[in-house]
Amino acid sequence: MRSKAGFAGFIVFVLMVLIAVIGPLFTPQLVTDVTAVYLPPSGAHWLGTDSEGRDILVQMINGGRPVILVGVLAGAISTLIAIVFGSLGAYLGGWVDSVIVSVTDIVLTVPQIILLAVLASLYTLDSPWLLAVILGAFAWPYLLRSVRAQVFSLKEREYVEAAQLLDLGTPHILFREILPNMASFIMMNFVVTMTNAIYALVGLYFLGLAPIVDDNWGAMLNKAWTRGAIFFSDSLFYVLAPIIAISILQLSLVTMTRSFEEILNPRLRQS
Amino acid sequence: MADQLIVLDQVSHVFSTRSGQTRAVDDVSLVLEPGKVLCLVGESGSGKTTTARIAAGLTKPTDGAVRFHGADIHQLTGDKFTEFRRAVQYIHQDPYASLNPVRDVFSTLATPLRRHGLVRGREQARQRAVELLSEVDLTPPENFLAKFPHQLSGGQRQRVAVARALTLNPRLIIADEATSMLDVSIRISLLNVLQRLRDDLGVAFLFITHDLALAKYFGWQGTTAVMHQGRIVESGPTPQVINEPVHEYTKALLAAIPVPDPDLARHRVARA
Amino acid sequence: MEPILSVRDLVVEYRTAAGPVRAVRGVSFDLYPHESLALIGESGCGKTTLGLALLRLLPKLGSVSSGEVRYRRRDGEVVDLLKLSREELRRFRWSEAAMVFQGSMNSLNPLLRVRDQMRDTVRAHRRMPADELGRLVEDVLRKVQLDPERVLPAYPHELSGGMKQRVLIAMSLLLDPQILVLDEPTTALDIRTQRAIVDVLHELRAQLGFAMIFVSHDLPLAAELADRVATMYAGRIIELGGVRDLFYQPRHPYTVGLLGAVPSVVGDLSELASIPGGPPSLLALPSGCPFQPRCGYAEADCEAAEPDLATVGAGHTAACHHRDRVTYTRKPATAGPASDEKVASGG
Repeated sequence: MRSKAGFAGFIVFVLMVLIAVIGPLFTPQLVTDVTAVYLPPSGAHWLGTDSEGRDILVQMINGGRPVILVGVLAGAISTLIAIVFGSLGAYLGGWVDSVIVSVTDIVLTVPQIILLAVLASLYTLDSPWLLAVILGAFAWPYLLRSVRAQVFSLKEREYVEAAQLLDLGTPHILFREILPNMASFIMMNFVVTMTNAIYALVGLYFLGLAPIVDDNWGAMLNKAWTRGAIFFSDSLFYVLAPIIAISILQLSLVTMTRSFEEILNPRLRQS
Repeated sequence: MADQLIVLDQVSHVFSTRSGQTRAVDDVSLVLEPGKVLCLVGESGSGKTTTARIAAGLTKPTDGAVRFHGADIHQLTGDKFTEFRRAVQYIHQDPYASLNPVRDVFSTLATPLRRHGLVRGREQARQRAVELLSEVDLTPPENFLAKFPHQLSGGQRQRVAVARALTLNPRLIIADEATSMLDVSIRISLLNVLQRLRDDLGVAFLFITHDLALAKYFGWQGTTAVMHQGRIVESGPTPQVINEPVHEYTKALLAAIPVPDPDLARHRVARA
Repeated sequence: MEPILSVRDLVVEYRTAAGPVRAVRGVSFDLYPHESLALIGESGCGKTTLGLALLRLLPKLGSVSSGEVRYRRRDGEVVDLLKLSREELRRFRWSEAAMVFQGSMNSLNPLLRVRDQMRDTVRAHRRMPADELGRLVEDVLRKVQLDPERVLPAYPHELSGGMKQRVLIAMSLLLDPQILVLDEPTTALDIRTQRAIVDVLHELRAQLGFAMIFVSHDLPLAAELADRVATMYAGRIIELGGVRDLFYQPRHPYTVGLLGAVPSVVGDLSELASIPGGPPSLLALPSGCPFQPRCGYAEADCEAAEPDLATVGAGHTAACHHRDRVTYTRKPATAGPASDEKVASGG
C-alpha cells in the first residue's frame, strides 16, 4: 500500500470499531456515586468522572457502538438509494430520470433540522434503525446527483456500447460494467455520508431531539452541556473525550479514503 | 434476398445542431453480403462512421431502413432482435476505450458467452476463451486470460476486442477505423487476423477507413465505396475503384495520398 | 558545406514514478542548410522528445543529461544551444529556429484573433512599426496559401484544421528562421488537407530556403518531403541516409520491416507483413540491440552488444551487426494499373 496515511487511517478505524464493538463486553458496570462527582483523572478513573460520579472511560468505551452503528447503517441506506436510483436515472433517461431528479430536488430543499425537530416531537426516536433510516433519508440526494453525473459520463464509453452490442442487458451493464468503474467513488461517498450521519446523530443527541437511552458519545455531550460540565475545569474530560473520539473517528475515516483509489483501481495495482 | 446480410436502403441521417441541420448521411444504399468485404472510405465528416453505426443498429436513421434478412431491424423485437444483435458486431477505433478497465480478459470474453448460454460453467468458458484468443493470434492464450487492459499494448487490446466480437459467432463485423490508433508496423497483423476470420469462418466485413491504401490491401477481393459529404460518390470492385476511378473526388483522393516511394513522389509533385 | 545544426551524443531523461527513463539514448546527426530531415519512428521511439530537446522545449519532467546541440548562426558563430542562457534562448527561438508542435490545432489561443496572435509573436522578439508588421504578417500568410483578409480577423475556432495548421506554419516563419522543426505536421488532418500542407511546405522551402526537421510516424510523408531520413527505435537513430537510400536500399532490419508494413495505393498489391512483437519498454530494454527480440537476422552477438551506426554507403549509416546481410527487394514502382499478382518482398 503506497498511501501511508490511508493505511494509518484504516488501522485507527479498525481499532476504534473493535473497541466500540468488543469493548463493552469487558467493561465493568457503571456505578453512580454522588460523592465522586466531576473528579479529575486519577488512577481509579483514568478520564475522571461525570456529574453522577460514573467513570468516563467506561462510558467512552460503551458509547462508541451506538454512534458508529447508526453511522454505518445510515451511510449504507443512503448510498444504496443513491446508487440504485442515480444510476438508473442516468442510464435510462426519459421520464424515469425526470421523476428521480424531481424527487431528489424536493428532498434536497426540505430543511433537515426543522423536519428532525418535528419528527422528534411526534415520535420517540429511540431505535438505532429508526435513526439510521431518518438520517439516511436526508443524505442520499447529494450522493445521487454525483452518482448520476458519473454514470452519465461513463455510459458513453465505448466499452459500455460494446456491452450493449453484445446484448448483455441493462441490469448487467449498470451493475457489472458501469458501477465497478465507480467503486472507489462509491466507497468515498459512503464514507462521507457516514461521517455526516455521525455528526448529524451527535447533533441530534446534543440538541436533545433524540432521547437518551444509553451512554453514547452524543449523550455525553448533551449531559455535559445541560449539566454545566463545561464550566468546570475539573470536568474537562467529560466534554473533551467524546469530542476527541468523534474527531479521531472521522479523521480515520477520511484518511482511509486515500487508499481506496489504490485498492479499487486495477490500473494502480502493480502488474 | 438470401444473399444479403444487411441492406442499407436509402438511409439518411440528419443531425440537428445549433447552426441548423446537417445531413451526416444522405440517401445511402449499401448491400453487405455474407463472407464478403465492403470497404467504406472517406475523410472526416464524410459520414462513414455514422453509416457504420447505422448498419450496426447503434444509431437509428432519420430516413430509410436497415434490413437484416429482409426485416427492418428497428422493428424487430425479442428473439428476432437478438438474432440480429448476435449476427452483427462492431469493433471500435480506440483500443484504449473499448475494453472495460476493471475487467480482465477472461471476464470480458466469458461474460457474453455465459449470458447467451453458449457455454456452461467456468471450465467451458475458459476453454472457449482460449480458443478465441488463439483465433486472434494472442499466444499463448492462457497468459492473457488474467490480464487487465492496462497491461496490454494497443495491438493486443484490439485483438481482445476482436475476440470479444467473435463470442457470439457473428456473420458480420463492422470495423470502424480499427487500425488507426495502432502503430504502423502492427496494423497489418491485425488486418491479417481479420482476413483469416473471413477466410476460415466466413465472416463478412464492413471496413471503415480514411486510408485508401488500407482499403486496397484489405478489400482487394471485395468492394470499395467512397463517401463524401454523406453520399456515396463511387462504388465498385476495389481494384477498379483504386486503379480506374471515375468520380472526381475519388481521383482527387488518390492523387493526394503520399506514396512511400521517393521517385514517384517527386514525380507527382513535379507534375502538380 | 558546414552543417547548420550538429547534434552529438544527445541523451534526454524523464523523471518518472519508476525512476529516470532515457527517452533519447545518445543521438548524433548533422543538419545542413536548406535540407529537409525526417525523423521517422513509432510510438515510444523518442522522436518527439528529440524534436523538443533541440529547441530546449522539453516539459518539466524532462531534461538533457548530456550531449551537445551546436548551432551555426547567421553570422557564422557556432553556439551550443544547451548552454544558452534563458534570455539568449528566447532570442534564439523563433528568429533562428522555430517549432510547430504536434496537435497544433490546439496550440492557438482560442481567445485571440489570428491577427493579434501573430502580432504578439513578432513583437515579443522584434520592434517594428505597425504598418511594417502588418505587411509582414499578410505576406507570410499568403506564402502558406491563406487569404489574409479571411484569416486575420478570425478566431481559431472559425478556421478548419488545415487552415490552423497553416497559420501555425506561417507564424513559425514570421521571423525568417534558419531551421523549422515540425512534430507530426500532417497527423489528424484529412488526406487532401495533408497534401495541401505538403505542397505548401515544398513551396516555402523553395522560396525561403530554411532547413527543416520533421518528426513523424508516417513513412510515405518522408518520401514526399525529406532529403534525408533517420529511423529511430528505442531512443536511438538506427539508420540514417538519403531518402532514396533508405527507401530503396535499407540496411537495418527495422527499416526493412517498416517498409514492408506500409500499404500503398500505387503499384501492385504487395504482400505486407507486420513486425512481430512490439516496441520495448524504455524501462526494461533488451540486452544488446533493442530490436533483437523482433529481428529475423538476430544472432548471439546481437544480444551481447548494442551496435553503433556504421557506414553502409555514401552518407548512409545503419546500426546493425549484420547490416551486410540485410536485403530488401524494392517493389516495382509503377504509376499505372495494378494487377492481382502478389509480389513477394524480402530476400
